[in-house]
Amino acid sequence: MRHVIIALGTSFAALLTPASAQVQPAPPITSTSVELPPGDALFPGGSSADAINNNCLACHSADMVLNQPVLSRSAWDSEVHKMIKAYRAPIDEGDVPAIVDYLASIKGTN
Amino acid sequence: MPLHRNDQHVQALSRRAVLKTIGLAGLALAGSSAWADQSMRLPFASGPQERPITHDFPQKGPMILQRTRPPLLETPMEVFDRGVFTPNDQFYVRWHWAVIPTSVDADAFRLAVRGHVNQVLSLSIGDLLKMPRVELAAVNQCSGNSRGFFSPRVPGAQWAHGAMGNALWAGVRLKDVLDRAGIKSGAIQVRFSGLDEPVVPEAPDFRKSLDIDHARDGEVMIAFAMNGEQMPLLNGFPLRLIVPGWYSTYWVKMLSDIEVLDRADDNYWMATAYTIPDTPHANITPGQTGVKMIPISRMVPRSFFTNVTEGASLPAGASAAIRGIAFGGDTSVAKVELSMDDGQTWQPATLGEDHGKYSFRRWQVTIPQLAKGHHSLMIRCTSLSGDVQPATPNWNNSGFMLNAVETAHVTAA
Ligand code: HEC
Repeated sequence: MRHVIIALGTSFAALLTPASAQVQPAPPITSTSVELPPGDALFPGGSSADAINNNCLACHSADMVLNQPVLSRSAWDSEVHKMIKAYRAPIDEGDVPAIVDYLASIKGTN
Repeated sequence: MPLHRNDQHVQALSRRAVLKTIGLAGLALAGSSAWADQSMRLPFASGPQERPITHDFPQKGPMILQRTRPPLLETPMEVFDRGVFTPNDQFYVRWHWAVIPTSVDADAFRLAVRGHVNQVLSLSIGDLLKMPRVELAAVNQCSGNSRGFFSPRVPGAQWAHGAMGNALWAGVRLKDVLDRAGIKSGAIQVRFSGLDEPVVPEAPDFRKSLDIDHARDGEVMIAFAMNGEQMPLLNGFPLRLIVPGWYSTYWVKMLSDIEVLDRADDNYWMATAYTIPDTPHANITPGQTGVKMIPISRMVPRSFFTNVTEGASLPAGASAAIRGIAFGGDTSVAKVELSMDDGQTWQPATLGEDHGKYSFRRWQVTIPQLAKGHHSLMIRCTSLSGDVQPATPNWNNSGFMLNAVETAHVTAA
């Protein structure tokens, strides 16, 4: 088995193998600035999507929710409560039924 | 400068975002990209199967768009056919929280080492560059890679097989950094955190921990380079933890904080998220309850076709070179085998160059002349520890650790 970890530097000279002679010098590490796409498209459906648009876009974009497979209504209910409990989504309990209705209507089983 | 940082009112932010969408960005997203109409079909048993191909992410080429914010970008399968190392600009991307710094100053950046140590450290990139350097080829794979193929399907990122990649990582040993700080006796785990933050302040920050002996095993490393270059920001610039043989959830990106703990970490991302049933192959029956759950850890063997896709046509009456990639999980690939009779008999594949036990390994099989009609090709990897890909897919609620034998149905015409 070839050496997979190749150490450089004098204190590790004992581990050097011929293969390690080819280890690259460290590349320059330079400051980086980027721009990310906003990902702020809305859930489709007009007013039937108001509750989900008001409550479910703060932490992540709609596309991943729309990419989910169909799930049962109770599975969608658990998802919404997972967002509230585990991820501290600030959602009014009063909005939950409208959100679950929306998800069950576009992504519900039967 | 963080993107999408939340102040006090998430709802206010989301309403602002909504207005912005209607005003400008929504139109831009819908209409301006030259690739807006490029999409790809993922071969899941049920929909949605269509995903956009995006060119809109910095330092990234064409990627399968699973989620825009925070980004989930999947590597198209054909990229793995081009070489054993996955190019940085098509290496998959996966973030949990949307507050991701979009600007990192390489001179000002510091890595903190603190907690149960003799001396707190604040290391610059320059400090790390002066330490003994190591290089390692290793596969980075999401715990939920291939989740979209679970049956029955489960919620989560609906990845096909491209939430994985192989790179040559260069950096320093975690052990050397910990030794420099001096670990106090009684240390139990080491916890890692990056520059990303939750959108809501009270929400659980993404942090992961390794047992102290694992952290000090001399293999776990802090990488500053990926395939000979600094990392793309979305892959963790400037520093990423490399945990060879373990799922990517531990490979903390934009690593900025190392905390030695004198107790086991019970934070959400260790104790609740990323846990698997403590059963063979993390397998349970749908609906099964009362199962002991443990943190996900070591990877298991997998193998893939890279030059034939599901439903492909091959010329009848001609032989064909079928190839792909495999990896052993937490150890080397011992063998890769192909079956053309639904798994009754297996023929060995020729293995490509060995880049070490944590790397992808390319494989190739020349199959004899195909008779006209439908054929199924199956590919199976066995690791050096004797772990073999199962014929029947495993299942669990989170969609983790799928590693069943892959089958490609092809037609010879
Ligand atoms: C406070 C932040 C926050 C809000 C608000 C939020 N989510 Fe999430 N959501 C998360 C996080 C964090 C994840 C896991 C992220 C990851 O795995 O990338 C997640 C994941 C998901 C997933 C994938 C499945 C899973 O369980 O991981 C779905 C579906 C989802 N959210 C739906 C929703 C819906 C519907 C709403 C509105 C009721 C919502 N989210 C609001 C934080 C939030």
